[in-house]
Amino acid sequence: MNKTVIEFKDYSFKYHSQIEPTLQDINLSIQEGEKILIVGRSGSGKSTIGHCINGLIPFSHKGDTAGTLNILGQDANTLDIFSRSKMVGTVLQDPDGQFIGLTVGEDIAFSLENSLTNQKEMHSIVKDTAAMVAMEEHLSSSIHHLSGGQKQRVSLAGVMVDDVDILLFDEPLANLDPATGKSAIELIDRIHKEMNKTIVIIEHRLEDVLHCDVDRIIVMEDGRIVADMDPDTLLASNILEDISIREPLYVKAAKYAGCELTANMKPAHISTFDVNRCRNQILSWYNQFEAASFTSKSERILELQNISFSYGSGGKTIENVSLSIEKGEMVSIVGRNGAGKSTLSKLICGFIKPNEGKILLNGLDITNDSIKQRSERIGLVMQNPNHMISKHMIYDEVALGLVIRGAAEAEIKERVEKTLKVCGLYPFRNWPISALSFGQRKRVTIASILVLNPDIIILDEPTAGQDLRHYTEIMEFLSELNQHGVTIIMITHDMHLMLEYTPRAIVINDGKKIGDTSAVEVLTDSALIQDANLKETSLFELANRLGVKNPLDFISRFISFDREAKQKWQ
Amino acid sequence: MAVEMLSYIERNTPIHRLTGVTKLVCFILWSFAAMLTYDTRILLFLFVLGIAIFIVSKIKLREISFVLLFILVFLLLNNAAIYLFSPQEGVKIYGSSTVIADFFGRYNLTLEQIFYQFNITLKYFTVIPVALLFIVTTNPSEFAASLNKIGVSYRISYAVALALRYIPDVQRDYQSIALSQQARGIDMSKNEKLFKRLKNAASIIIPLILSSLDKIETISNAMELRGFGKNNKRTWYSARAFQTGDYLTLIVFTLILIISLVVTFYDGSRFYNPFV
Repeated sequence: MNKTVIEFKDYSFKYHSQIEPTLQDINLSIQEGEKILIVGRSGSGKSTIGHCINGLIPFSHKGDTAGTLNILGQDANTLDIFSRSKMVGTVLQDPDGQFIGLTVGEDIAFSLENSLTNQKEMHSIVKDTAAMVAMEEHLSSSIHHLSGGQKQRVSLAGVMVDDVDILLFDEPLANLDPATGKSAIELIDRIHKEMNKTIVIIEHRLEDVLHCDVDRIIVMEDGRIVADMDPDTLLASNILEDISIREPLYVKAAKYAGCELTANMKPAHISTFDVNRCRNQILSWYNQFEAASFTSKSERILELQNISFSYGSGGKTIENVSLSIEKGEMVSIVGRNGAGKSTLSKLICGFIKPNEGKILLNGLDITNDSIKQRSERIGLVMQNPNHMISKHMIYDEVALGLVIRGAAEAEIKERVEKTLKVCGLYPFRNWPISALSFGQRKRVTIASILVLNPDIIILDEPTAGQDLRHYTEIMEFLSELNQHGVTIIMITHDMHLMLEYTPRAIVINDGKKIGDTSAVEVLTDSALIQDANLKETSLFELANRLGVKNPLDFISRFISFDREAKQKWQ
Repeated sequence: MAVEMLSYIERNTPIHRLTGVTKLVCFILWSFAAMLTYDTRILLFLFVLGIAIFIVSKIKLREISFVLLFILVFLLLNNAAIYLFSPQEGVKIYGSSTVIADFFGRYNLTLEQIFYQFNITLKYFTVIPVALLFIVTTNPSEFAASLNKIGVSYRISYAVALALRYIPDVQRDYQSIALSQQARGIDMSKNEKLFKRLKNAASIIIPLILSSLDKIETISNAMELRGFGKNNKRTWYSARAFQTGDYLTLIVFTLILIISLVVTFYDGSRFYNPFV
């Protein structure tokens, strides 16, 4: 044992297209059978480390390297990408994009096909590998018909089929709903234990990964390793806060209350965390606040009455949903993948027409209005900004909607510039969009809707794939808009977003509305959580373990404190 | 689900059980036969046979109705254009002129022109069902495997398979982009003038191309990471061996081509002339 499988020595890397090196002075060694988590903000170099390990650097992304990298005792420079693929199996971030085969069996077999395995042997290996991830019943299913969690299991099987020693996961939790993410982490843990693989996980959702044990956490910042320690020590320190990575919420609460955390309090899991040593501090911190109060709104802006909808002849996608949104509200719609959330937003925007029911906007029936008519009042921001951007320059993109409506040039200029200022994009107005980061592009798409002055904006997963800093930027920006009177509806998987920014949450499951209450209540109602594939917040468990009488109130106070704290460092 | 045009539709029929290569070769033979002949008898025979094959494949009409409609619109345009540019083509070909109605100048309606354009339409109808069938009954992966088997490089075979595979993906992207652009007020419906609609279409095409390029990068990385291109050969999970049915089908289709050519050119003309 204790064989080193991956070893970086004074390793640096610079992409040809960039001036600054992306990785600098990396010294890292990973032992056989270890489970390592690499965290860091977007652009910190954490994905680049992954690419160095699996060989996409230097084979796909060109650049200059310095120092040495050994994989399984061999110098990485002497290995081509194919021999690396026999050592390191990579599960990529995008669950849909990485499928090559049409069916489950074929996709798992892809690597075997390339190694000239004969067909008979291949079928039996594929079957055995599929069994490891409990997908053997679905070998002939089309990949498109799988759920998000099943897709992830197939991509895992696709790399395990090679019997690799190292498994590398690049942001495995992106795009998964909370409960599916949890079982993905459990699956990784099971494979780690049963098959003694070396596991490297790159992810910024720290609390979710820590659901199962990891041996060490590597923290990246500006291309350097700033910490390499076990989870307990890391969480007891202030390293994560300094580089604004979201700490587990119960740890955050203890820190806000002024507790001194130490590694032997075992803060890595809520269940092992020794709350007794900081009980009094947290309780007195909690008691110093007034109970949060919500001002109730009164004017109804959007109302759905008994809406039903089905695609073609199949079962109902949306069944008898009624809901109303008040003017100036910020609401989230949550539920598992495929529950009907997106269908609901399409119904509201008029992309599809309900089979039954009525939609009212400001009290007027808009059920039969066209997409264009509705677009004057309701704006939709799609999840993938690349699906919306059609112009080369930022200014033109934001102006597009106004130009089409035939607004006067002076008016266009005024409104676009005002919107760009609101969105913090004014300094970039003459930039090409291709020079922007993903988060900035997202803001361009929000700006291009906002400029049209809609009463309601619907956002599909506004913060998917964003690290905490960008997440806070986007969400603070949205809540500012909200304070200016724009009604905002968000479709999301992110439990924290829902808790933090939307006082009210609507829960959809199997096309039915199963919950419509405060976000805090949704996340503490175990029946709702189970039906909608959500996950209980760890604050709830903390509150229970502390013996707080009103856990909901505890969570609300934490959230408002946390928001204020974050606004300060923004 | 929303409409997915031209993607593989899984059924268990004799048509589906043929290998991809058999279907490709048969499709090519069939197209040659239909393209070379103007003989109405042959075309009618092929048309009926095509419909019969279609029924055997158990593909439902509504599964391809959108594409069918699309092609019919083109057919109509094509017919109108033929008449516009060459209203006397039928008279020239069949050597007689049976006028039914007179309009102005050289534009009149003759039985010969009607018969000629009927033949053109029939050609469309013999090729369309078979072309659509080839696309919707061929499993892209199996097709790649069989292309490779007849000597096409596996890289090219795989590229073809991926292209077929991405047809539904691209359609889905197209739809969501089109909808989001419409929600910004870009009118793609008939209320807008044609020129403006074309211009508006650009606002869908550009994001579509960009997101497809993203996809290509991801998939090529994924393929490389799993060893694609390592060897000069590869094996295929979904390869199928040639069965008796494949050989039989190939022989039958070759015979169809030969017979139709013999019948067509027997009297020295590609046209069947009922007017003599």
